[in-house]
Amino acid sequence: MTQLAYLAPSSAEEAAAALARDGARPLSGGTDLLVQLRAGRTRPAVVVDLKAVAGAIGVREQSGGFVIGAATPGAVLGEHAALSRAWPGVVEGATLIGSTQVQGRASLGGNLCNASPAADGVPALIAARATCVIVGPGGRREAPVESIATGPGQTSLAPGEFVLEFRLPPRPARASDAYLRLIPRTEMDIAVAGAGVNLVLDEGGRVAEAHVAVGAVAPTALLAAEAGRALVGGRLDDAALAGMEAAVRAVCRPISDKRGTAEYRTRIAGVLARRAALIAFERAGGVR
Amino acid sequence: MSKIHVTTTVNGDPVEFLASPGATLMDALRDDLNLTGTKEGCGSGDCGACSVIVDGRVVCSCLMLAPEAEGRRIETVEGLAQGGHLHPLQQKFLEHAALQCGFCTPGLLMASKALLDANPDPTETEARYWLAGNLCRCTGYDKIIRAVLDAAAELRQERAA
Repeated sequence: MTQLAYLAPSSAEEAAAALARDGARPLSGGTDLLVQLRAGRTRPAVVVDLKAVAGAIGVREQSGGFVIGAATPGAVLGEHAALSRAWPGVVEGATLIGSTQVQGRASLGGNLCNASPAADGVPALIAARATCVIVGPGGRREAPVESIATGPGQTSLAPGEFVLEFRLPPRPARASDAYLRLIPRTEMDIAVAGAGVNLVLDEGGRVAEAHVAVGAVAPTALLAAEAGRALVGGRLDDAALAGMEAAVRAVCRPISDKRGTAEYRTRIAGVLARRAALIAFERAGGVR
Repeated sequence: MSKIHVTTTVNGDPVEFLASPGATLMDALRDDLNLTGTKEGCGSGDCGACSVIVDGRVVCSCLMLAPEAEGRRIETVEGLAQGGHLHPLQQKFLEHAALQCGFCTPGLLMASKALLDANPDPTETEARYWLAGNLCRCTGYDKIIRAVLDAAAELRQERAA
């Protein structure tokens, strides 16, 4: 392995200053970075470990919503009862990543910023309308999750910037979410396609708000805004679900590779979104 | 590039070593601390042969930089047997013939220990999912699962006694 310097700053400002230097790479759980280092696909001069930065690890409730430290391991999210109750889909996405061993380290911040089109942690965060708190040399800013990845391995983060935490909006009653992905086996694989659906129901049990996001069907995970709108106002009747599926397929522009053809991925993304919508609806207390 | 001084705890003993900044925890365990029970399989987090327990969580030591071990509590396969007596997991792996070549065994033992520490009475399904990140090309897994469930039963009995 190449020689490189290792820094573990405890403040966000120090971390941003260290990351602004030439050849610096951020490290959270390392489950992608260490593989890239070993393969020689990245040759940083310095690795900046973000896990000691205040706020980078842990889950807290703030102003009625949850704040997730971007470097929090998936296993910690899965063990967080209140987060799992409010956002089961976000937790499903995070805890589907890799093996038990990988879950002990892998984080949502790393999953987002590694910018794989098939990142399982990302679609449910987008559907949740989560935002990122980004720290950089110029201070802090907040941006929607879907604005971070710009293509495979590419992000909109400026030099020195890193994602410190995710903010999930306050959760009303009668609201839930779900994330589903397709892999040809039951564990240890990368999504052929994935879909996250987040629903808020009104007092009459009708969908008041719906957000749908898909993964592995485009260069980045996508918010399918039209698909969400197709679900609003009803109880997920067949016509609404068919409209939602068509809207999902309309935004898909996948590649064909060994995991599936573009046609298959497009079709499956719709099926997964339909099933995830039905699960989220039932979790929110909806009755069709 | 200068080496980094790391102070950590391995199998209950305080240890210090000088890590090359690009070295993994697995490299440090094997090359600096001579704890060669931890094996390198794939080196990319897919096979689980390098599994160790860090602060109570099983991780791939090939996916962790050695300097990240600073101040942590690390458990490796060398710490399983106590006072010359095999750990029940080791004993049951022998009784059930849950190994042939043995290369995956240290990782499977540590992943299984983490499972039983967290869940003393796992179902077969829970055990199979928990161990999905540990590959074995010899046994076909069934004997491993029998050994883990049998060790769990024995540990429960020991605790009840």
